[in-house]
Amino acid sequence: MRTLEQTTQEVLDLAAKHFQLPAGSLAPGDDFFKKLGIDSLQTLEMLSRLENHFGIELPDYEVQGVSDFKTLAERIQSRL
Amino acid sequence: MLDLSKYQSIGEALRDALDQYANEVCLIEADRDREKERLTYLEFKARAHPLAKALQDGSFSSGDRASIIMTNQSKWLISAYAIFFTGGVLVPLDYKLTPDEQWQLLKHSSASVLITEYPIWRQLGASPGRAAASNVGTILVTEAPANADLDGARRWEEFRGAGEPVFIARKRSDTACIVYSSGTGGRSKGCMMTHENYLEQCVALTSIYPFCPGVRYLSILPTNHAIDFMVGFFGPLTCGAAVVHLRTLRPEFVREAFPKYKITYVSLVPLVLKNLQKGLQTRFDALPPGKRKVFNALVRINKALTKSQPLLGISRRLLKQVHEAFGGELRTIIVGGAFTEPQTLQFFYDLGIPVANGYGLTEAGTAITVNDLRPFRADTVGKPLPGMEVRIVNPAEDGVGEVTVRSKTVMAGYLNEPELTAETIIDGWLQTGDLGRFDGTGHLQLAGRKKNMIVTEEGKNIYPEDVETVFESLRVGEFCVFAANYIWPKRSMIGEKLVLVLHLEPGQQYGEELRREINARNNRLLNYKRIQGVVLLDEDFPRTASLKIKRNVLAERLAVLDSAAAILPL
Repeated sequence: MRTLEQTTQEVLDLAAKHFQLPAGSLAPGDDFFKKLGIDSLQTLEMLSRLENHFGIELPDYEVQGVSDFKTLAERIQSRL
Repeated sequence: MLDLSKYQSIGEALRDALDQYANEVCLIEADRDREKERLTYLEFKARAHPLAKALQDGSFSSGDRASIIMTNQSKWLISAYAIFFTGGVLVPLDYKLTPDEQWQLLKHSSASVLITEYPIWRQLGASPGRAAASNVGTILVTEAPANADLDGARRWEEFRGAGEPVFIARKRSDTACIVYSSGTGGRSKGCMMTHENYLEQCVALTSIYPFCPGVRYLSILPTNHAIDFMVGFFGPLTCGAAVVHLRTLRPEFVREAFPKYKITYVSLVPLVLKNLQKGLQTRFDALPPGKRKVFNALVRINKALTKSQPLLGISRRLLKQVHEAFGGELRTIIVGGAFTEPQTLQFFYDLGIPVANGYGLTEAGTAITVNDLRPFRADTVGKPLPGMEVRIVNPAEDGVGEVTVRSKTVMAGYLNEPELTAETIIDGWLQTGDLGRFDGTGHLQLAGRKKNMIVTEEGKNIYPEDVETVFESLRVGEFCVFAANYIWPKRSMIGEKLVLVLHLEPGQQYGEELRREINARNNRLLNYKRIQGVVLLDEDFPRTASLKIKRNVLAERLAVLDSAAAILPL
């Protein structure tokens, strides 16, 4: 079972890879809309990638209003 | 042409349709790749009537208000019908607003019933804003887990009355819905839409884009939004068509839905349409040179053949693979909520997929103009719909002036705001605040805004007053939020942004500390509501006797600044 820290790190690594950013360039508290300059659709694509990685389903309502990696990792952790 | 002249209300028109199309498919709901349910019109009625009866048993009666805060799903439409059947007024609210904003509008609307989903209720129930909205007496929650703490709410699925409900008649002039076009931070603009508004709009729209049994509409735009309410609920259900709901909007499942459910129509916001264009273009670019050449030639032939009007049969044969990816039945993509760039519209039209772009606003009862595709014109927002009188007021030399509208679809007014209503509807003409001109063929071309607001590519209307509250008590002399285009008008509907105008304290600098504070507050706003820059003004803001900022005078003072240099980064 992953710890929340591990999950958070994997979320950051995957997001950096998905948006072709250098590893370690994202932090848990970063607002992904602002930091990545992405829109809601691109966020959905990132979520699909995270779901595949963690082998879970994240319903849209679970991530409604979430805009930082830390909270996103917590939502994922609760479904692992 | 659809004839709804014999009906007085939405509920009456839908009631007849449920009987007339009893055995047709009415709703399909899917979650990812799993179909959850499929209801005929008869089954729809069987779900709605017990709810209507339970509402009536709970003394919900004619003119009472009930709000729905739900994502797009079958129970949204079933609940809405039950409210109309019992003579109620529907208050559809955006599920993406914050809980406090939702309570604020629930209070403003005086809704006595709230119908929502369990995940939304978890947030709403725990929100401090709940205390102020004591008018909401009955709360129904869908899909709550078996052991869930409902916190005073009741289960939608168990809220069923025994026996048949009594249909409550309404007049055409009665309010059917209160639709909020803005007002979560400043003045609440609850548009009072009458039954006549919807009946007339439905007839006008279906005269160009008809619904009938067998037609399937994919509902993606939020149903509380005026467009989806009309083309994803009232329009199709009045005509015997089917509505398909997806519980997730992940692009891969949306793509799958087209061929799986043989979608006929879909409504999208420009952002999604552009994303779709990008995806298709990437695939076309990846074709081997030989195939690419053939493909380009086929697109050119299609373009030539469809110059005067769409020829779906021919386009589907010429560009078979593209159309099959969309299920092979797609007739039109309806795009709305914000301005769409002409090149995106042209891209799809050249592939034989007409995009029905248009122009409208909630206050006008959804659409004012729509592209009738005869011929397709990517550079305009189409011609006025039947029954719409559109006038350009005080045109400049180039013909550009404010767009005003008179029609049976124009709202009755703003709830509890007689002054605002009087400013907005003058002698029956709705002042849209948008600028435009008619070309020689009667097509409307938009050319910027007169009003202080922006519309995002996701179709969100943002008013500066709504975001200002987050900057309250900011340690500066004075502040005010503006749409940059309002200060520095440009003849364009794209790239709009909000700016924060600051009048600093004597000796105060726009330094790192202040910038951090502004950013921290800005980040509390939903991402699409955030300001994009700061403008400094070294003078007192003009104010009224009651100390309100005179925004128009302030904007005139700011207009002399060079916008490129004046807008500082955050």
